[in-house]
Amino acid sequence: MTAAISIENLKKTYDNGHEALKGISLEVQPGDFFALLGPNGAGKSTTIGVIATLVKKTSGKVAVFGKDVDTHVFETKLDLGIVPQEVNFSQFERVRDIVMTQAGYYGLSRKLAAERAETYLRKLGLWDKRMMRSRTLSGGMKRRLMIARALVHEPRLLILDEPTAGVDIELRRSMWEFLTEINRAGTTIILTTHYLEEAEHLCRNIAIIDEGEIIENTSMKRLLSQLDSQVFILDLINELFELPNDTPDGVTLHKIDSHCIEVEVSGSRDLGELFSYLGDRGIQVTSMRNKTNRLEQLFLAKLRDE
Amino acid sequence: MSGFPTNHKYIAFETIVIKEVRRFSRIWLQTLVPPAITIGLYFVIFGNLIGRRVGDMGGFQYMDFIVPGLIMMAVIQNSYSNVVSSFFSHKFQRSVEELLVAPVPNYIILSGFVVGGMARGLAVGAIVTLMSLFFTDLHIQNLLLTGSVILLTAMVFSLAGFINALFANSFDDISIIPTFVLTPLIYLGGVFYSAQLLPPFWQGVSALNPIFYMVNTFRYGILGVSDVNTVWAFLILVLFAVALYIGCILLLRRGTGLRS
Repeated sequence: MTAAISIENLKKTYDNGHEALKGISLEVQPGDFFALLGPNGAGKSTTIGVIATLVKKTSGKVAVFGKDVDTHVFETKLDLGIVPQEVNFSQFERVRDIVMTQAGYYGLSRKLAAERAETYLRKLGLWDKRMMRSRTLSGGMKRRLMIARALVHEPRLLILDEPTAGVDIELRRSMWEFLTEINRAGTTIILTTHYLEEAEHLCRNIAIIDEGEIIENTSMKRLLSQLDSQVFILDLINELFELPNDTPDGVTLHKIDSHCIEVEVSGSRDLGELFSYLGDRGIQVTSMRNKTNRLEQLFLAKLRDE
Repeated sequence: MSGFPTNHKYIAFETIVIKEVRRFSRIWLQTLVPPAITIGLYFVIFGNLIGRRVGDMGGFQYMDFIVPGLIMMAVIQNSYSNVVSSFFSHKFQRSVEELLVAPVPNYIILSGFVVGGMARGLAVGAIVTLMSLFFTDLHIQNLLLTGSVILLTAMVFSLAGFINALFANSFDDISIIPTFVLTPLIYLGGVFYSAQLLPPFWQGVSALNPIFYMVNTFRYGILGVSDVNTVWAFLILVLFAVALYIGCILLLRRGTGLRS
C-alpha cells in the first residue's frame, strides 16, 4: 500500500547553522491517526513545514501518497491540509471569506466553495460567526476556523500542529470527536500535541522526535506495553492511620494523607487482586486515577534515555 | 513534473484579485480618498493659484501641463503602495502561508497581487482624472498610447512594490522606498515642469530617472508633447516591466522572504 506520507532521510539546517532535522525517516499509512510527539524545538514543526513546502529542506525526500512534493507540486498540495500551530489568517477578513478564499486557492468554484464553507463551518460550530471579523473570535474559535479552512478542499491527509493548544477541555473533547469522525471517514491524520492524553486517546501510531531525530516509531499499543509499572492515586472512604506492611509482590504503597494513598503496581499485576487485598484490610476506595498520564510517563522516560 | 489545470489556475487568480480589490475597497477611506484629496490640492494650489502666474509650460497652460503628471503620480504611488502594504501585511500576519501551502503557481500569486495593485492605481487615477475635469478640458491625443502607458506604469510599480514587500521585515521597510526613492523620483520626473527648463547637466540627470520617461510618454498621449522620444520611452517601460516580472518570479522561486 502506498504510504500517505513517506519521509526519507530528511535533513534541515537553518541559515544560522541550527540543525533542526538530522535525517529523519518516517512512514504514515493511509487512514492512520498518527501522533508526532516531541519536546519544544525537537523538529516537529520543521517537519510539517517541509511537508507543507513552507520550509526548504536541506536534503532528503518527502512523498505524499507516493508522489514527490518537489516534482508533483499540484497533486501533493491538493492532497494536503495543514493546520498550523500559530494563527495564520488575516485578522481583518470575515470568517466565511477566509474559508471561501482558501477554497478558491484550491480551484473550487464559488458555488462549491460556498457549500463546503457552510458544511465545515457548521460542523465546527462557527456558522453563526460566519460574518464576524476573524480578530473578534476567541482562541478556540480561531483554531476551529483553521481546521475548517484546512478541510475545505477535502484533503486525504490532514496535518494538525498542536490544534488544541490553549483550548478549554470541553472544546478540546468536541474537537477530538470531530477529528475521530473525519478519520473514520477515511482522512489520514497526523497530529502534534503537547497533551499526551490527547495523543493516547486519539492516535493508533506514534513517533517521538527529539533533537531532530526519531527516537521511537511504533504503535500506541506497543509503546504503552513498555510501561514497567503504573502509579495510581486512590481516594479512601475511611480514615487510614497506618499502611499495611504485608503488601503483595509488585505492589508498593505510600500514604499521601489520611484519606489518600499512592499505589505503584508492576505492569503484570492484576488490579482485581489489589482491590481484594485492600478490601480485606478494610481499606475502601472511593476513586482512583493515574498519577501521571501513561504516555507522559513513557515519553519522559524515552527523552531521558536519549 | 506535474501541471496545474488551467481552470484551477484561473479560479486561484480570480480569488486573489477579488480578495485584493475587496481589501482596498473595504478601507476606501485609507486607500482611495486621501490620494484624491492630495492630488486635488495640487490642482487647486499648483494648477490654479500658482499656475496662473507661471504662464505657459511646454506650449500649454500650466494646469493642462501638470494634469497628466498628476494622474501618473497617483497611479504610481497607489499601485506601489497597494502591493507593498497588502503583501507585507500577508507576510506579517502569516496569512501568506494560506497561498504558499495551496497549489497555486508562483506566477499566479504574482499576477493576482499585481492586478490588485493595478486596480487600485487605476481606480485612484480615474478619480483624479474625473477631478481634473473641474479644472481643465481633457482632450486625449492618442488613446492607445495613453491607455497602454498607464497600464504598463501601474504594472511596473505593482511589481516593484511586490519586490519591496518580499524583502521587507518590518513596517519601516515598506515605507523607506516610497519615501526616500519613489517620491523624489516622481517630483524630479517632470510632473511639474518641462525638462527644457533645466540646465543641460540636470537634463542629463533626468534622463536617468525612469519616471521621467513614463510621465513624458503619458503626457504625449494626452497633450501630444514630450521631452523625450516616446518610442524609446515606451520600450524602456516594457523593458522595466519584463525585468521586474522576471526578478519577482526568481525571488518567489527562491522563496526569498517567504520560506525559511
